[in-house]
This record gives sequence, structure tokens and C-alpha cells, in this order.
Amino acid sequence: MTKSKLNLDTDKIAKARELSKQITAPVQKYIEKHTTVSIERTTLRMIGADGVDSNGVPIPNKVVDQIGDNICYGAAKYYINALLKKGLTPEELNNEIANGLDITKLDFVNFSYIEEKAQELVEAFSTKVKANVAYREDKVNKYKEKENSPLLYLIVATGNIYEDVKQAQAAAKQGADVIAVIRTTGQSLLDFVPYGPTTEGFGGTYATQENFKIMRKALDETGEEIGKYIRLVNYCSGLCMPEIAVMGALERLDMMLNDSMYGILFRDINMYRTFVDQKFSRMINSFAGIVINSGEDNYLTTSDAVEKAYTVTASQFINERFAYESGLPTRLMGLGHAFEMNPDIKNGFLLEMAQAQMAHEIFPEAPLKYMPPTKYMTGDIFKGLAMNTLFNFIAKSTNQGILLLGMLTEAIHTPFMQDRFLGVANAKYVLNNIADFSDDIEYKKDGIMQTRAKVVLDETIEFLEEINKTDLFNAIETKMFAEVSRPKNGGKGLSGVAEKAKDYYNPFYTYLENELNIVKEGNQL
Amino acid sequence: MMIRPYGDTLNDGAVQMSFTLPVAHSAKADEAAIIFGKKLGFKEVEVVYSNPLSDEFTFFVVYGKTGISIDYDKVVVEEVEKSLDFYGVNNFIEENIKRKIVIVGACSGTDAHTVGIDAIMNMKGFDQHYGLERYPMIEAFNLGAQVTNEDLIKKAIELKADAILISQIVTQKDVHIQNLTEFIELLEAEGLRSKMVVCAGGPRIGNKLALELGYDAGFGRGTYPENVASFIVEKMHERGVK
Repeated sequence: MTKSKLNLDTDKIAKARELSKQITAPVQKYIEKHTTVSIERTTLRMIGADGVDSNGVPIPNKVVDQIGDNICYGAAKYYINALLKKGLTPEELNNEIANGLDITKLDFVNFSYIEEKAQELVEAFSTKVKANVAYREDKVNKYKEKENSPLLYLIVATGNIYEDVKQAQAAAKQGADVIAVIRTTGQSLLDFVPYGPTTEGFGGTYATQENFKIMRKALDETGEEIGKYIRLVNYCSGLCMPEIAVMGALERLDMMLNDSMYGILFRDINMYRTFVDQKFSRMINSFAGIVINSGEDNYLTTSDAVEKAYTVTASQFINERFAYESGLPTRLMGLGHAFEMNPDIKNGFLLEMAQAQMAHEIFPEAPLKYMPPTKYMTGDIFKGLAMNTLFNFIAKSTNQGILLLGMLTEAIHTPFMQDRFLGVANAKYVLNNIADFSDDIEYKKDGIMQTRAKVVLDETIEFLEEINKTDLFNAIETKMFAEVSRPKNGGKGLSGVAEKAKDYYNPFYTYLENELNIVKEGNQL
Repeated sequence: MMIRPYGDTLNDGAVQMSFTLPVAHSAKADEAAIIFGKKLGFKEVEVVYSNPLSDEFTFFVVYGKTGISIDYDKVVVEEVEKSLDFYGVNNFIEENIKRKIVIVGACSGTDAHTVGIDAIMNMKGFDQHYGLERYPMIEAFNLGAQVTNEDLIKKAIELKADAILISQIVTQKDVHIQNLTEFIELLEAEGLRSKMVVCAGGPRIGNKLALELGYDAGFGRGTYPENVASFIVEKMHERGVK
């Protein structure tokens, strides 16, 4: 790590980590004892369940519905049993299920055969994902020099995957390193993943495996043309967190929006459901080498960025711990934060810079994701461009990992093609013009920025202590995050959570736990 | 009074524009941008900057001068009246309605962006303007995002709402128009339209549009909580609500 500019107290940082460990421990215990419909659907997808029936119901959903309350034993053995019993490939079995086969009606073969077959299926899944990881590593290394630092991240959101492709390819040619395809509004609340290529969406495009495949192919083509590996991002959030993760692992996505609490707070998804789902989703992301992006920026769009800065830092610590418990290495933790202070505040720039630098010094190995101004973007595109310039300045000078480019037309409409160009041009100007600024400056001892960081860290510890006293579930219920209350048994998706039976069987979960060296309870960070 | 845009001399009609054309960057593309500007009715069209966005698209910054002018005296707007402040609203309710009023708000339909409704309703408010939850004489219920129109009406009945606020941020393919229209139709079907003050809000929603869709008012960019509160209480008073 480079020399500290903020002179942060390392004992305090260690204390915040210890508190986060204590805060997440009871949640981990709960997670270990439970499964969910989406975890089971994910496992089925890992085996090969895919496709839809004539009513458009995905096969994984059909199977989980057939199994019903018995998902407490795990869905894998039913599906694998059906493969053996019928002597079919997954594709053939999917067809039969689509045509009405109820796999729970089949007699069970001897369990040792299921275990044997499971091993083969796990192997096939593992080989495929590992090949994706190797391909990505190879390309990233090959084209390393063309990459911007921070990575420039652009969003497309037309609703039509084929239109997205055009915009994404143009954005890559303009200089973007990372392309995110925004999901259609409302997808996070669907308890299934739509199927096939889609051309209709609102404010974004459906996340489907076919859409992932189409965009991946397009970006690989453009990447080869311009000599760069273009990273692809989607959203591993909502009621299908782990399912989206496995689709991303199979189709070689490179980043996933994936927060441990976002769904609870901002989409009113039940907290138990979210906690159980987020772990498996992060295990998959971890195995597939996918960088997660956490959603701390959202705290600041609902609350004041100066007063509530500590909630961002606290959430980063909690997200880090949950990620760690899922076997995710620090280099894949794109912890989030945002430039959302009121531009009228005197010295607001110094406060923003202190916050960004603090995040970098606390999480030096993490590719931090820095989000642009949105809340105070007014429609004055000229002021907006100026604000984005200051934002870019902070991103570069505090060594952020991923720079989500601000759009001068934020708050007006989904970006025009030219808006992205202007965003990239602005960032490239700043990145080049202050390339070594960070190495060349120190912060004044006990100055505005050092003092600000110290205050926020102290507030963070105070806040984490309060959460620890009441426990995380209660803290969420009593409005301690984002000024919203989410009751423990409220929100969407609770009925999809089930306590695991003693002989719960999930060979894929177990495989990932072993591969990722996840020790149950009480890991040391 | 006839007016036209002002650059640096009265009536020069100067306008700055930027746009993209779906053609490769070339001298021909620049000329096409000039011809396009002239077709828009501009004279002295000048491409001051052009740059390729990809192999098939070019971005232009263009200046032109227009000869078109409009009669300012004939311009008519429907605007929401000047509003009371935080204290004024509370006093007005105490004096005229003499009970706490109930306001229910939501970001409805498939829209997941609560930034607008939060700015108006949350305790904290926005830009130093308190949100409705902070008003002692208002019981405010922010139902959050992605509330269906049916649920919103159900909740409004249950809470005995005096007013309903609907926020719509996503406007792609006019999804907000469909949703806002459906809401009013449902409300009318329930026979509740006249019993409640109903307002729409969002960055692309103006008072004019809201009135056309059958709402009592629309609040666009730059609206503060007291503007909304003030309109509601005055409307309730005007309708003789006690």
C-alpha cells in the first residue's frame, strides 16, 4: 500500500472489521441452516435445467414447484434421479418436463448412483466455468496496456438487446472498458428469470441467458477489433440473485452488481431471503472470477451525503465481510460509493475527496466502484459536465478501480450516444492530465480532509457498535439503514425460504465451499 | 412583443445545437449537418465541431440563426400557484381543516426510482426543505417503489387518504402515461376520484400534462415538499373538506 495520505488510525480500521465480523456472524448461522427456491433453481441450472414450457414458465421453476416443501432436501437429487431413471441428457429431460413430466413421481435409484452422477455433473460445470476464467485472464493480460485506470464503465439501456449491442459496441470503440446492460425496471421483483432474446423493456433490457450470450459475443468481436478485453456487467440482485450469478458464470460476464443488503432496503425484498441468496450468488461470482459491485451509492440518493457518509463506510465493511464469508477474494470486491454531495456546499470537493481516499486506504486491494453525481444533476447539462469533471478528478487522484462515467444529461433521459462520447472524452482528458497527481501530493496534516476522514471513521465505528448491540436484523427493521424500515417477516420472497433438512443434499454448494475454502463460522479476515 | 433567441445582439436569433447523425465522419457528413440545420429553418448554419462516435455515427456541435419569432404576449401557461412554506402549511391545516390530513405517496407501476417521492415525503426532505413526514399536521405514508395501482388505491382507502401522490421517473416509451392513466381510471371506477386530491410528479411531468390526464396537479423538476403540501391543503379547503 502506498503511504497513507489521511493518517487513519489502523487500530480503528481493525476495530471496524472486528465489529463487522460480529455483526454478520448470527446472519451466517442463519444462512447455513437455510436454502431458498432461487438457490435450488440455481443448482438445477448448474446441472443443466434450462428452457421454458409452452406457457413460458422456466424449467427450473417448474421443477422447484413440483418439489414443493421438499426443497428442504435439495432439488438436485430429484433432477439427477430423473436423469438416471429416464436415461436422458439434461436437454432431453428439460423437454419432457416442459411436456408435463413430474420428476417427483419417479422412484429413487440408489443414492450412491446419484452421488456418482453428481460428481460428473459438477465436473462438467466446473470445467466450463474454469475455461471462462482462463479465457478472460488470457485476454486481460494480453490487452492490459490499452486498459484505462480506473476502468471506464458505461451503461446501455435501450430495452432491445440488438439495439443495446450497437450502443455497446460504439461505447467500447469510444474508449469504455466496461459495459453494463441495465435491466428492465421491475425485473428484480420477478421470482424467475425470463428466457431467450428480448426486444421489449422499460428503462433497460431483460437479463436473460440468451441476452448475456448475444452481448458477450458482440463485445468479444469489438474487443478483438480494437485490441482490448471489454468487460460485461449485469445485475445479480433481486429475487434471483444466485440464478443470475450462474448465468453470468456460464456466459462469461465479468462484473455483477451484487450487494448484501440492497434488495432488502431499496426493493423491499425479505431480509432472510436476501441474506441466504446473496451468499450463494457471491460464491458463484467468486468461483467465476466475477467482480462484484456493491450498491452503497444508493444510501446517498435517499439520505444526505455529508451527514450519512458513515453509512456508506459501514456498509462497505459489512459487504466486505459478507463477501469474505462467501470466499470472495479482495481483488473481486468492487465496493461502491458515490459523489452525491450538494454542489453548493463550501469545500464539498474536499469532503468528497476525503471520503474516496478513505475508501481506498481502508480497502487498498479492492477495485472500488465510484458512482457519478445523480441527485443534484438538474438538467443544466453544462453544470453537469463540470460536476462530472470534478468527479473524474477525484476518481483518478484517489485510485478508484471502476469509474462509472457521469452523463451530462443525467436526470433528463437515458443517455444519447453522444452523451457517452462526451463522458468518455471528459474522463480521458482528466485521467491523462493528472496521471501521476496522486503520487505527487500529500494531504495537509490535520487539514480539512484528514479531519473529515477521521470524523467519518469514528462515526462508522459508533454506528457499527449500535448495530452490533441490537443485531443486523433488528437494525434493518428499526430504520438504521437508508431511513427505511423493513420488517423481518415483511417484503417479498420470504415464502421461498426453507430450513434445510438434516440430509439436505446440494453437491454444487458443497463443491464451491471446498473450492473456495469456505470455513463455516468464525473465519479470520 | 415579438421575441426570438438572443446570442449577443437583440433579435439575432442565435441558437446552439448538438446532435448525432447516423453516418461516418467525413466532409460530406459535415455538409449534411449544415443542410439539416438549414432545413430546420436556420440561416448562417455553422458546424463548429464534429467527431466520430463510431464507424457509423458522427457527433456535431452546430450554431445557427433563426428568423422565426413568437408573440410573447400570446403565451399562456397553467402554473401551480405560489405556495405556503412549512409553517404556513401547518397553520393553514390547523385553521381551516382542523385535523391532521393523510397523504399517501408511491412510485407506482414498474418504476423503481424512489428518488422523487423520497425527496418530497421523507423526513429529511431535499435541499434543506423538510419532507412531508416532518409536518406535524400531515400523516405521510411513503409506500416506496413498484407499487401497483390496485395496491396504491387499496392502501389509500385503508389509511383514509386525503391525497395521493404518484411519482414517475421512467418515461421510456411513455410507460408513465399508460400507468398514470390507468390509475385515474381505477380511482374513478372506485368512485373515489372526487374524494381525494391526486397529484403526479416526476422530472418529465408538468402541470399541463397532469391536468390532461385527469390529475389535480403535476409537479416537475425543482418542486419542493412545501409546494406539494401547499397545493393539497388549499385544494382541500377549496373543496370544503373538513
